[in-house]
Amino acid sequence: MSTRNGGAIAHLSAPSTWLVVPALIFFLGFAIVPLLIALGLSFTSWDGLTAPVFNGITNWINQVSDPVTYNALWLSLQVIVFSWIVQTPLSLLLGVFTAGRHRYRAVLAALYFLPLILSSAAIGIAYKALLDPNYGLGKAFNLPILSQDWLGNPALVLYVVIFVIAWQFIPFHSLLYQAGARQIPASLYEAAQLDGAGRVKQFFYITVPQLKNTIIASSTLMVVGSLTYFDIVYILTQGGPGYATRLLPLDMYLTGFSASDLGGASVLAVILVVIGLLLAAGLTKFSGFNRMSSQQDGA
Amino acid sequence: MTHISQEAEHRRPRHHTAQVLTTVVTTAVLGLLLAACGSANGGTTTGAITAWGTTADRPLIEPSVAEFNKANPNTKITANYFGTNDYKDKIRTAINSPQVPTLVYTWGGGTMAQYVKANLLRDLTPDLTNKQTFTERLIPSVAAGGVNGGKTYAIPMDPTSPVILYFNQDVLKQVGVAQPKTWDELLAAVPKIKAAGFAPIALGGGSKWPYLMWIEYLVDRIGGPEVFQNILDDKPEAWSDPAVIKANTMIQQLVKAGGFADGFASVSADTNADLALMVTGKAAMLLQGAWAYAGIAQINPTFESSGKLGFGPFPAVTGGKGDSKNIAGNPASYWAISAKATEAQAKTALDYLTNTVWNDAYTKSVIDAGNIPPLIGIGPQLQGDFAKGLNEMIKQAPNFQQSWDLALSPAASAEFWTQLDLLFNASVTPAQFSDNMNKTIKK
Repeated sequence: MSTRNGGAIAHLSAPSTWLVVPALIFFLGFAIVPLLIALGLSFTSWDGLTAPVFNGITNWINQVSDPVTYNALWLSLQVIVFSWIVQTPLSLLLGVFTAGRHRYRAVLAALYFLPLILSSAAIGIAYKALLDPNYGLGKAFNLPILSQDWLGNPALVLYVVIFVIAWQFIPFHSLLYQAGARQIPASLYEAAQLDGAGRVKQFFYITVPQLKNTIIASSTLMVVGSLTYFDIVYILTQGGPGYATRLLPLDMYLTGFSASDLGGASVLAVILVVIGLLLAAGLTKFSGFNRMSSQQDGA
Repeated sequence: MTHISQEAEHRRPRHHTAQVLTTVVTTAVLGLLLAACGSANGGTTTGAITAWGTTADRPLIEPSVAEFNKANPNTKITANYFGTNDYKDKIRTAINSPQVPTLVYTWGGGTMAQYVKANLLRDLTPDLTNKQTFTERLIPSVAAGGVNGGKTYAIPMDPTSPVILYFNQDVLKQVGVAQPKTWDELLAAVPKIKAAGFAPIALGGGSKWPYLMWIEYLVDRIGGPEVFQNILDDKPEAWSDPAVIKANTMIQQLVKAGGFADGFASVSADTNADLALMVTGKAAMLLQGAWAYAGIAQINPTFESSGKLGFGPFPAVTGGKGDSKNIAGNPASYWAISAKATEAQAKTALDYLTNTVWNDAYTKSVIDAGNIPPLIGIGPQLQGDFAKGLNEMIKQAPNFQQSWDLALSPAASAEFWTQLDLLFNASVTPAQFSDNMNKTIKK
């Protein structure tokens, strides 16, 4: 920090530390303080009406020995993995496609991005109507195969939920890839073309490596987002049928607000935060994202 | 600007200042937040009050509040309305806070019992001792829903809605079966209706709550009201009563026989998709609350006038202990008064409850909607075969079982939804259902 010139030089180029104060206050007030309160509540028995009563590690023992908690974790893990597998390739292709500067691509892009402006609640309600076995898609297209028990069959429902989540979020991730793809210098493609590389080769040897940082950013958002995903699932299935879509955040909500066991729900909240932090930290560390090295060395 | 701030930075030990400032500002903001939480209840010496109701009952509440405010300009009621599920969450967080409304909308049952236990509701018993002209008009079995431990905490404020079996007479005629009066007749009708190309019974399983109507009626028919009373009284292993096991076995038989319309677990009753199946002639029957009646005319305005609407009680079970005249459903919704209300506020609220609720205009608006006010001797004023028939059922019922989900504690109720899902899709046996529900006793 200190230099021959009295320590001032380093500060001249960086923004003042004071600028962090408003963000810090909000972060403390709305993230850290509630988190600490939740941690405290996880050691109490509280129905939300009467005063919380300290009950030691009872809630922790209950939740950790409850098969529903593990089922919720397993379901959340499936949602994370399948969401990534479905969303990443599709958003990558759509993003790269819409990055091209043709008018018809711009028109299509506008259509693709439509789900982005719809609220989750609206999407959930719309899909619930579309998936009605009697008056939904099957009836609209007169195709009996579309008249499944989409939300009531435990074997199908998780994939239906993953599909609807993908429908909502692919536009967002496409937008990230579109922006990323537009940053790639055209000279790279020109050079490859001169060397005789076709479109497929250009895609795999230029576009994908150049989008490395976008892929990492998009994947982090996808993984952490899937972990905390709540609203559409709640509207579509309320975690049912049975436990078939009771993801970890839904388990937390139902434990806390339907069963009024806020102590137990706090345990789940703390588990959720810890897993989320570990996943985000892990992704950044193993991908080398925090080194932020340039992908265009020598370009 | 930049120049000045850079110069300023030269002169100050900035890290230290930044830290101090962060601490000061953080403390100040948090202090303000806490202060805001504690002081929202200003100026309550007057008798002006607030009321929170549901949007479903808004057509009933709004005109009566307007009438009251016109007559009492100094003690006005401000009413706010919320969707049913939003309201349940909202009142739960508000009931023990300074933001609690004076008039609290409640369904009675297990949730009200929790509020009573936490001393959050005003005991209305002393207030009502000299209001007998009002209290004596209420049907006792409905008024009992607002009573806890012998004390009155809430007063019924909307129509009585038992659950009944609706029929599409047109479909029954085409199939050639009569309205099933017993469970055996119902089971016998299922294959005939299916063979004629109709779904026997519409069921809105996607909304979960329609499931409970089947278990609450069957348990009552088989074992009588005592079985569920034992559950409410937290008797050990109460869910393992043979009546519960038998009822659930019969439910699974009906599911297996194809009694319910295909894909029932994806059908939403909140959007009347189950009702539509019956009204449009895809299904022959539907077990639903009396509130579904209002939706029939929206789907087919001539359904009732063309003689297609049939309705009756839940079928009797041969050899069952329960009276087949017993009904289940929602006796009513209720108004309670928050224990945090001042005397002046409570006086306004009581004035509204005993003088405006169930006055002539209020009662008429309920009757005009085709519903049944929970008042003694209302029969002659009712309009239409549906309301009159329903009223007879209510009058003759020895017992009116409140919907189980409302009667149970929140923890048991939440588990009940999940277990019903599993029961109807055959993921648990009746014995497993009982074991899982027994774990919620005393919770």
